[in-house]
Formats: sequence, structure tokens, C-alpha cells
Amino acid sequence: MSNPVLQIRGVSKSFGALEASKNIKLDVQTGEIHALIGPNGAGKSTLIQQIAGGLQPDRGHILFMDQDVTTLSTAARARKGMARTFQISSLAMEYTVLQNAVLGALGARGDVYRFFRPVMKDQKLLSTAQEMLALLGLGDVQNTITSELSHGQRRQLEVAVALTSSPKLFLMDEPMAGLGAEASKKLMAFLADLKKQAPILLVEHDMDAVFALADRISVLVYGEIIATGTVEEIRSNPAVRLAYLGEEAEE
Amino acid sequence: MRREAIFNYTLLFALLAFPLWAWTADEPFLITLTTRAIIFAIAGVGLNFALGFGGLVSLGHAAFFGLGGYVMGVLAYHAQTYTAFVTWPFVIEGTNSMLMIWLVAVVLSAVLALAIGALSLRTSGVYFIMITLAFAQMLYYFTISWPKYGGEDGLSIYVRNQFFGLNTMDSIQFFAVCYGVLLLVLLFVFLVSRSPFGLMLGAARQNEARVQAVGQTPFRLYLTAFAVSGAITGLAGAMFADLNRFVSPTMFSWQTSGEIMIFVILGGVGRVFGPVAGAVLFIILEHLLGGLSDYWHIYLGAILLGVVLFARGGLYGLIAGRQVAHE
Repeated sequence: MSNPVLQIRGVSKSFGALEASKNIKLDVQTGEIHALIGPNGAGKSTLIQQIAGGLQPDRGHILFMDQDVTTLSTAARARKGMARTFQISSLAMEYTVLQNAVLGALGARGDVYRFFRPVMKDQKLLSTAQEMLALLGLGDVQNTITSELSHGQRRQLEVAVALTSSPKLFLMDEPMAGLGAEASKKLMAFLADLKKQAPILLVEHDMDAVFALADRISVLVYGEIIATGTVEEIRSNPAVRLAYLGEEAEE
Repeated sequence: MRREAIFNYTLLFALLAFPLWAWTADEPFLITLTTRAIIFAIAGVGLNFALGFGGLVSLGHAAFFGLGGYVMGVLAYHAQTYTAFVTWPFVIEGTNSMLMIWLVAVVLSAVLALAIGALSLRTSGVYFIMITLAFAQMLYYFTISWPKYGGEDGLSIYVRNQFFGLNTMDSIQFFAVCYGVLLLVLLFVFLVSRSPFGLMLGAARQNEARVQAVGQTPFRLYLTAFAVSGAITGLAGAMFADLNRFVSPTMFSWQTSGEIMIFVILGGVGRVFGPVAGAVLFIILEHLLGGLSDYWHIYLGAILLGVVLFARGGLYGLIAGRQVAHE
């Protein structure tokens, strides 16, 4: 059995008196969807940012494919194969759908500092981009300006762009947020298949989705992981019920 | 053909036809006026590379325009006085070769832009505007207080520099040289705008987080764009000094930076040909309104206000419509 793709070892992060991450230990294994859940303000976004490279942990280490990436920049981690989708769609809005996908493939290939050859005629980039768009059902809108896409299509495009880099790990921050029931179901089916290609660390609010998709779940409350386990273990864990599911039920 | 393309060709044609007509009509002043518009256009194309494609609002491009001007002034001054620019540790002579002067202007402007960019690109928004402005002002005051090359009075060069045996003092021949340079610069910017670098730079302007997520560093893209931008504007500065056979600290002034920005905004930010239209419009306004009143800038101000408030895409936005993504 190989080592976990992602290992978070004792990561802590404080903002003044607020401890957003307390000695967090978490790993993502090959082939799994590991869901990270927790109430609002539990520190999920802070943790994702530290994994992706937007924030430096105060203490602890982040290992990606057995390599310490704690001090690497966001861009360097992305080049190593961490693909991220954002909670709020973060795309080049003036570009076409196809240009966004080509951007992903180009960024991963790395030969950005070329000035004289037309990028939108690069067959390799185009075929990667178009293949991924087709996978996400965006083939018909590839020439649409991204800002004209529906919310759901933008979410799909985020995933398609992430795919163009053939990543080793997906960090997905609420990919279902704001999707209709139908689109949500489709994306879930897609993610369930995607994990064979690369494991997914999934932050998600939609409990039904999490319980349906996740192989393992970690529960984050006030900056601490209070439990990690399979769906059944988390469902029956009294601490989780009290801290998280209980609170939800009362609302 | 798309309307934008038609407008591009019309513009290029008019810029060629008008001075040729002026030549046959024996109106050298109008040829010189067109040459001035062309050189301003090159300066604007340079700024547009940073401002339009990279979203870097530099109010300090006079630094590069002025540096280019002084490269021409200083080198030609030493050539005309038969003195060396530097004698130790090795001798650097002046030159009156236009190509050599352009080369030095482009290289030094790019180096200056790298230095200014490396510091100022750590900030953004209004701070970036102020820091770029501050660098240009530093150079402005430096040249004023440097008596060797004329200080505040500037530096006169008696004869235009040499370009492959052409008689550059003949206005139509000098025009032809400048027109050729404009075409090359436009071709360069057009190619870059659709290159891998252009795609990634445009993405950085729209969304830095996206660029990082695909594994690239916005700062490096910006710095490269800023250096290219400064180099083009520096080239225009050297040509402008040659046109006037005169350089003075005014080329470094913040008004110069403002004018270059006006070319870009009037013409249409982020369009390859935008600054060309803007510079031509500026020269026409300067010529027509300048005839009405010495205070013609107040009309220019009103027009600029109108463009910013009602026609954000500038002249190109009005004529060619909304920007379409390049295929």
C-alpha cells in the first residue's frame, strides 16, 4: 500500500486569539473521496487555503506525494498536481469556455513564456481542453463567453479546467453549492467516477451528497478535527452528533 | 471581415495616404504632424501592453519615453561633438545610427522597467499608480538638475540620426521609417496577444487566483509585460527626440505619462490598434482645438470625461462594438 497522496501533520494556524486550525492531522488516500465537513466558521476554508498554498501554517507540515510542500507557493503546488476548484467560481470571465480550458492545459504544460505562436491553434492543448469540456457536458458551449454561463455551468467548467492538468489530487471547495437537484446528481455521479483518477478532498455542505459520496469523512469543529471515519462511523459518533448534526437538527 | 479589422486597415491606410497626399501638395508640416501621431501611437501601444493586456495602470510611462529620448539625445550629442560618452574603464562613443540608438533605448528601457516593476508590482491599485508616477518624477527632477546634458533647457541635436543612407531630414523619408516601425510594433503586439503568454497575462488581469490555480505566478507575468511595455514606449521616446531633434526633461513629466494614457483610453483599452486611433484623435484635436484656443485642453478634458463615462471602450468600442474574444 502506497503512502497517502496528501498528509497533513499537526497543522496549526491562528489569527490573533482565534485558533482557526488546531493541530490538524488528516490524510487523503489513493482512490478515495475524503469529505471535510463542519459547521460554518469551523475553519474549513482556512485549512483548504493552507493545503493549496494561499496561507502559511504557523506550525506543522503538509506532505503531498511524500514531499514537504509546506513552504511552496500556490502555483508551485498546482504544478505538482494539486488541482483546486473554488467555492465561488474563479474563472477568467471575459474568455470563452474553451479559452479557460486551454488556460488550464497550458498552465500545467508550463511553456507559458512563448510570444509568437497562436495558443488557440495548439492542437495538443485544444484536444486536452475539448476532451475535458466534453466530459463535463460543456462541448456545446465552448465558444460562449464564460460570464454568460449559468451558475451550474461555471461550476462544471471549474472541474473541467482542473481536469486539464491531469492532477494527482483534487481540492474541491463546495462544488455542489448553488446547483439544482438534477445538476447536483450528475456532478455527484461524475465525482464518484473521478476518484479513480485522483483522490478528492471534498468540502461540502450538502450532507446527502457527503454521505452518498465520501469514503471517509473528517469533522472539523472550532478548528479541531473531532472525528475521522467512514460514513457509518461518523453517523453514529456521539461527539459529531452533539457538535454538528445536533446543531443542524435544532435549526 | 469583422468591423474591427476593417477599421484597423482603414486607419493604417489613412496614416499612409494622408502624408503621401501632403507630400504631393508640398505640405511638410502635415507630414511631420502625422509622424508625431505615429510616434505617440507607438508609445501608446507600449503602455497598452501593460495597461490593456495586463491591467497594470502605470502613470509613469514617461520614465521610459524620457529615457528613450535621452538615449537618443546623449548618444547623438557625443557623436556631434566628437566626444566619448564614457572613457573609463572602456570607451563608449556616441553614435548617430538610428538603429543603434533604438537598440540601446529598447534595452535600457526594458532594464529600467524591470527595476521599477520589481518594486512597484508588489503593490496594486492606487499604490501602483502612485509608485510608477513617483519613479517618473524622480527621473524628471534628476534630468532637470543634471547640467551636463542641458539641465532644464534640454539638449538640441542639429541633424537627425542616420538610417541606411536615407535622408532623414526629409520629412517624408523620416515618416516612412516611423511608419515601418509602427507596423512592426503592431505586428509584434498582435502576435503576442494571441500567444500562450498573451492568454495567461489576460487571465492574470481578469483573475489572479485562476492563474495561480493553473500553476503560474502572476507577478512574473506582470513583470515581463511591464518590461516589454517599457521597451516599446522607450523606443517611441527615442524616435520622438529624433523627430524634434531635441530632448528636455518635459519628456519625463507626469503630463507626458498622462498624455500616453489618454491615447490608450481615447482609442480603446486592450485593443491592439486602440492607441493608434487614440493618438490620431489626440493629434487631430490638438490641431483643430488648438487653433480655437490656447486652452484647448479643457475641451480635451470634456471629451475624455465623455469617453470614460459613456464610451468605456473608447473609439474602438464605439466603432467595433463590444470586444470579442480572440480566436
